[in-house]
Amino acid sequence: MTTPSQTVGPFFPQALVGKDGPLVVPLGTPGAVWIRGRVFDGADQPVPGVLIESWQTEGFGRTLTDAQGAWALHTVKAPYVVLSIAASGLLDRLVARVHFEEPQLAGVDPDRLHTLVARATDDGYAFDIHLQGPHETVFFAV
Amino acid sequence: MSLRWPPYKSTLLRAPLREPVPLPHNDLHWAVFGDRPVGELEHDLTRGHDGEPLGERIIVHGTVTDATGKPLPHTLVEVWQANSAGRYAHAADRHPAPLDPNFSGVGRCMTNADGEYRFVTIRPGAYPWRNHENAWRPAHIHFSLFGRAFSQRLITQMYFPGDPLFEKDPILMWVPDEAARSRLVAQFDLSATEPEWALAYRFDIVLGATPMEQPS
Repeated sequence: MTTPSQTVGPFFPQALVGKDGPLVVPLGTPGAVWIRGRVFDGADQPVPGVLIESWQTEGFGRTLTDAQGAWALHTVKAPYVVLSIAASGLLDRLVARVHFEEPQLAGVDPDRLHTLVARATDDGYAFDIHLQGPHETVFFAV
Repeated sequence: MSLRWPPYKSTLLRAPLREPVPLPHNDLHWAVFGDRPVGELEHDLTRGHDGEPLGERIIVHGTVTDATGKPLPHTLVEVWQANSAGRYAHAADRHPAPLDPNFSGVGRCMTNADGEYRFVTIRPGAYPWRNHENAWRPAHIHFSLFGRAFSQRLITQMYFPGDPLFEKDPILMWVPDEAARSRLVAQFDLSATEPEWALAYRFDIVLGATPMEQPS
C-alpha cells in the first residue's frame, strides 16, 4: 500500500524553490519562452502560495504563486508542458497540461479544450489555472 | 478519494469539481528533479546557524520503496516543518509563537544505495489554524519525494505516534481507513536512538507505481 498524499500546506519554503527554480532552461537559451499565469479559486479569487512544478524532457521547473496568485516558468516550447499543482486546500496534487495549440484529446469535453491552451504574449505565453468554476481547468489523473 | 472534503474548509473553493481525465502513459516517464546537488549538511536541520535550535533533538529516518517493495536509491527527499514552538520560519505564518533564530526548518537529502534516508531535526510543535473553532494541527513534518517517474511524485506529512489531536484533524482524517492513516504515523525507534543525544523515529515511505509497472 502506498503512502497517502497530504496537502502541501501554506508554508512551502522558498529555499526549496531556489532562485533558479523557475528556470527549466537558463535565461538566454535560444527559443526559450516565459509561461506566465495566475491561479484562481472557485470564487475567482487569486490563490497565493501554490507550488507549481513543470516536468518535460528538457528539465524540471518549480515556482510558487505570489500574493496575486501569479507564477512564471522559463522554458522551451514542446508539444505541451505538464504541470503538477499543489496548494493548501488541495489534499493531493493536480496535474495540468499547457498546450500551445488546441489539442485533440479523447475523453475531454470539446467545450473545455480551450482551458488547456496558452495564449501568446510579448515574451511567451499566458496560462491561467482555474481550480473550480465555469472555466475550471481540465486536470488529469495520474 | 475526492479532494472536496468539507471538514477541511479550504477544499471547498479549491478542489476541482469535475472528474480528472486519465493521463496518457507517455507523460509519466519524465525526468525527475534532483540535479541540484545536495549539500553534506542539508539532512541536519539543527546545523547551519550560529547556535543550536531549542527543542527536543530527534532523528527521523526510513526507507523509500516503490509499490513493489523495491528500495529506491538516490532519490531526493525534502522536508519542512515548524519549530519546537509550532511556528514556521515563513512570512505567511502569523501564529504568535516565537521564531527560533537557529532553526529554518528546511532539509534535503538523497536516499542511499539501499533507499534509506536520515534527517536530524527537532520535534515540531503543534499549532493552531483557523479551520474550525479551536482547531490545532497535530505535530508533523512535511515530506516531498520525487521517485523515478512523474507518477511517483508524493507530497505528504509525517505525524508522531499517539498524538491526541489525530481524530480532530481533518487533514489526516481525509484518509478514510485507519490502516492507510497509520502509514502517515512514524514509529518510535529505540534501535536508531543515539544514547545521550537524540531519540529516533522511523518513517518508511512507499511511492506509487512507475508506468512500466502499471497494467496498460
